[in-house]
Amino acid sequence: MTVVFGVPLPAILGQLMLGLVNGSFYALLSLGLAVIFGLLGVVNFAHGAFYMLGAFAAYIGLQFLGVNYWCALLLAPLAVGLLGIVIERLFLRHLYQLDPLYGLLLTFGIALIAEGTMRGIFGASGKSYPVPESLQGGFNLGFMVLPIYRAWAVFASLTVCGLTWFLIERTRLGAMLRAATENARLVQAFGINVPLMVMTTYGAGVALAALAGVLAAPVTQVSPLMGSSLVIVVFAVVVIGGMGSIIGAIVSGLVLGMIEGLTKVIYPEASNIVVFVIMAVVLIWRPTGLFGRE
Amino acid sequence: MLKTMTVALGAFLSLYACSQAAAAGDQIVIGDIDDLSGVYADVQGQGGVEAANMAIADLGGTILGKKVIVLSVDHQNKPDIGASKFREWADQNGLNMLLGGSNTGVSIAMAKVAVAKKVPFFAIGAGGASLTGADCTPYSIHYAYDTTALGNGTASAIVKQGGKTWFFVTADYAFGTQLQEAAARVVTANGGKVLGAVRAPLGTTDYSSFLLQAQASGAQVLGLANAGTDFSNSLKGANEFGITKTMKPAALLAFISDIHSLTLQTAQGLYLTTAWYWDLNDETRAFAKRFFAKMHREPTMTQAAYYSATLQYLKAVKTVGSTDPDLVMAELKRAKINDMFTKNGYIRADGLMVHTMYVMQVKTPAESKYPWDYYKVIKVMSGEEADGSQPDPACSLSKK
Amino acid sequence: MRAHTAIFVVLSILALIAPWLGLYPVFLMKLLCFAMFACAFNLLLGYTKMLSFGHAAYFGSSAYVTGWLATVHGWGTVESILGGVAVAMLLGLVIGAIAVRRQGIYFAMITLALSQLVFFVCLQANFTGGENGLQGIPRGTIFGVMALGRDRTMYYFVLAAFIAAFVFIRRIVHSPFGQVLNAIRANEPRAISLGYKVDRYKLVAFVLSASLAGLAGSLKALVLGFVTLSDVSQGTSGEVILMTLLGGSGTFLGPVVGAILVVTLQEYLSDVVGAWVSVIIGGIFVVCVITFRRGFVGEIQRRFASRAGELVKRAG
Repeated sequence: MTVVFGVPLPAILGQLMLGLVNGSFYALLSLGLAVIFGLLGVVNFAHGAFYMLGAFAAYIGLQFLGVNYWCALLLAPLAVGLLGIVIERLFLRHLYQLDPLYGLLLTFGIALIAEGTMRGIFGASGKSYPVPESLQGGFNLGFMVLPIYRAWAVFASLTVCGLTWFLIERTRLGAMLRAATENARLVQAFGINVPLMVMTTYGAGVALAALAGVLAAPVTQVSPLMGSSLVIVVFAVVVIGGMGSIIGAIVSGLVLGMIEGLTKVIYPEASNIVVFVIMAVVLIWRPTGLFGRE
Repeated sequence: MLKTMTVALGAFLSLYACSQAAAAGDQIVIGDIDDLSGVYADVQGQGGVEAANMAIADLGGTILGKKVIVLSVDHQNKPDIGASKFREWADQNGLNMLLGGSNTGVSIAMAKVAVAKKVPFFAIGAGGASLTGADCTPYSIHYAYDTTALGNGTASAIVKQGGKTWFFVTADYAFGTQLQEAAARVVTANGGKVLGAVRAPLGTTDYSSFLLQAQASGAQVLGLANAGTDFSNSLKGANEFGITKTMKPAALLAFISDIHSLTLQTAQGLYLTTAWYWDLNDETRAFAKRFFAKMHREPTMTQAAYYSATLQYLKAVKTVGSTDPDLVMAELKRAKINDMFTKNGYIRADGLMVHTMYVMQVKTPAESKYPWDYYKVIKVMSGEEADGSQPDPACSLSKK
Repeated sequence: MRAHTAIFVVLSILALIAPWLGLYPVFLMKLLCFAMFACAFNLLLGYTKMLSFGHAAYFGSSAYVTGWLATVHGWGTVESILGGVAVAMLLGLVIGAIAVRRQGIYFAMITLALSQLVFFVCLQANFTGGENGLQGIPRGTIFGVMALGRDRTMYYFVLAAFIAAFVFIRRIVHSPFGQVLNAIRANEPRAISLGYKVDRYKLVAFVLSASLAGLAGSLKALVLGFVTLSDVSQGTSGEVILMTLLGGSGTFLGPVVGAILVVTLQEYLSDVVGAWVSVIIGGIFVVCVITFRRGFVGEIQRRFASRAGELVKRAG
């Protein structure tokens, strides 16, 4: 058995693999955050709550409405995205002219409400969500058994990330969105309905979070607290990648997931904070993040 | 305007002053501080309160002419909430006795309040042996089971079967570490070896990285030093990653509620140690039937212990003729415990209730003939076998 | 000004006689500790517009150090408190020095990251007891003279500390130093152009805020007798932001009212409605952010001020 740094190679590969799985979740979540911040200038503290609501939508769908996993993949993000649009329309819209602090605080309050409501209804412990039949079982990779479901989660996240990146950076719609962030008035003068675009963008960012929630449900179980512990890590990832950068969010998410996995082998206790250490270093050395533009 | 606000503030505060529950001298107040919504919610939870109420009803509802009531609160696995509520009930609500639910860390904090406020404290849901060791107090009774007994039961059975090398996945707080210690002691005493351990925060749902570390160690046995949903999630994860094919899982603490949620398919063959099982004899079955009618689940060992502890406490109060904590504690440590929970149990100098423990094995789906028919008895351990005959030397009360 | 003094006098009298009104002293002391914490936080948010996301780091680390000094080393009460505050001050200096160089959301994120590091240290270090926390912290005596074991005596000690801290904050804000902070908050580039070393002023404010937060934490450790990881957690950092904003940042009484509101709601409502308390608090918060952007006290002050302004206009 080959040993690297005093740790057997299979162990390292196993944790890297898991790190890749976690990283793809980070990537998907940071993508939603980056989209919202980049295009709206809003620091969406409720992102973790929407992730949790997506998972719960899938759970409720399965338990009470007979909606299976595959339908939930589509319907849950739609439902939660719609909720996001309502929140944007009713609350966020009034705060754009003010200090960005208010938007942040509002989303913070919304996260509290969402979490408290779910906790009140379902209790604090996790609800079990089964892995769909077609995705059960595992691939024997030699150094570990990789459950098929986790491989699927990586594939799905990366595909969605890629599609979103393509949409924003390479299509006309994306160009309009990017132009609107630079100069909303001018874009509106061209006859494009900017408020509508802003609203749908928020909804889309939120839907991405909800999608991550559905993908995560069979892995981490569905609990009202699943978002709050994750959201600060995701923020750190976005800051490292550069707050408005789409590609930055995706790449940092994946890389940081793997670094976390590696830390679990070398110095397991530190794996929870390695992202924050990196963030502090990046902020001191390169304030706008690795891919940020200023 | 500011003045109005001030007046309003004052009125608000005064209103609360009036609404404070007066310490009722004409009631016997029993408290229950437990995890009602988190990782351990199914172990006692509402069922525990129900069991306590059943005991009160069986004694007629009043003792020494005073009505007996039960207060209940969720400590959310936070020692500060548990300790604060205990202190508040003692100060403000005339608390006479406290039933302690899950979570050793919370119970240790509450034991300290028990001494400060002189309130008899029955630690039932929590397992940590330090409650009758370094953390013992003259007012704490560790009633149903403890980590020493679990080690002597489950770990012993598995090591003797050939499971020599162990790797632990441990819940990172007092209970997990004490359970790991107890099991490790038994393993090494029987010629085995502990290859390593990893600590997971309480409430972890995804054990994949911890389980991979366990697998990498090459140990024969996967020692799960955790409980509640932590235990079921780690077992499910071990199945998912194919680890149960190469390692034997050791359920160091499992309740019938866990087995029920895991299903016999997943849990079959597991060894576990328990103080009580609903299907042991006619008395236990009778209690279980009454419990099932209200809760639609069979009682766990700790829910049965809640019934027994409440019963024994109220009996002691009746015998000494008062709720004076010192008199009641002396009576509890003097008398033998004989009820549907256990026969010939007694409370040791360090506060441990010494009684029979059973090593069980979970039946296969084929062996199970009716709902909740989950266990078969492998070994019956006397109290002394399970917990030793001498009080824990780490406890200051043991030197008597 | 006279109205202000009247309010303070009335509140002080209420505070002095509160235990005799039958209110639970331990609960009142908890209120005072959190009110102090919120006032300390407000020094940063209200008067220098720096939103720190990790203020629990100072609150909690000071609490741990005080608890540890009192239990393991048997230090006296006042000495333990001073030890805790010293550590909080040091932590504030280190974290502040790194954080004040950035602004806005980046400042907030640095404070967040560094407070997570503090949390990690508290989790791993042996002396904190990890997940189990520090238990059984004795209240001790003041220089061996006055025993603080009785709740009522302890209450007056904590009240005295609170009033001292409150007055101290007022003096800072109304001092020349405070005026410079005000200028920086109003228009930072202009302050720089006037020659003020802005970063240094910000750092001093940060350290003061951290130290006072530490004092609140130390007192809390002694009052309740234990310290747990939740005292350095993200949850507590979020709570103090909530308290300060609900009551109104930029006012003196605002954080106090906010703290009273949040702690009281959590204490009494959670018995009744359980987890829905956060929904209620979150709801009030959202309403505040959208409508009363200045918080309860700030809004009331503004109404009061404008009515006075109306009267002045009509008179003159």
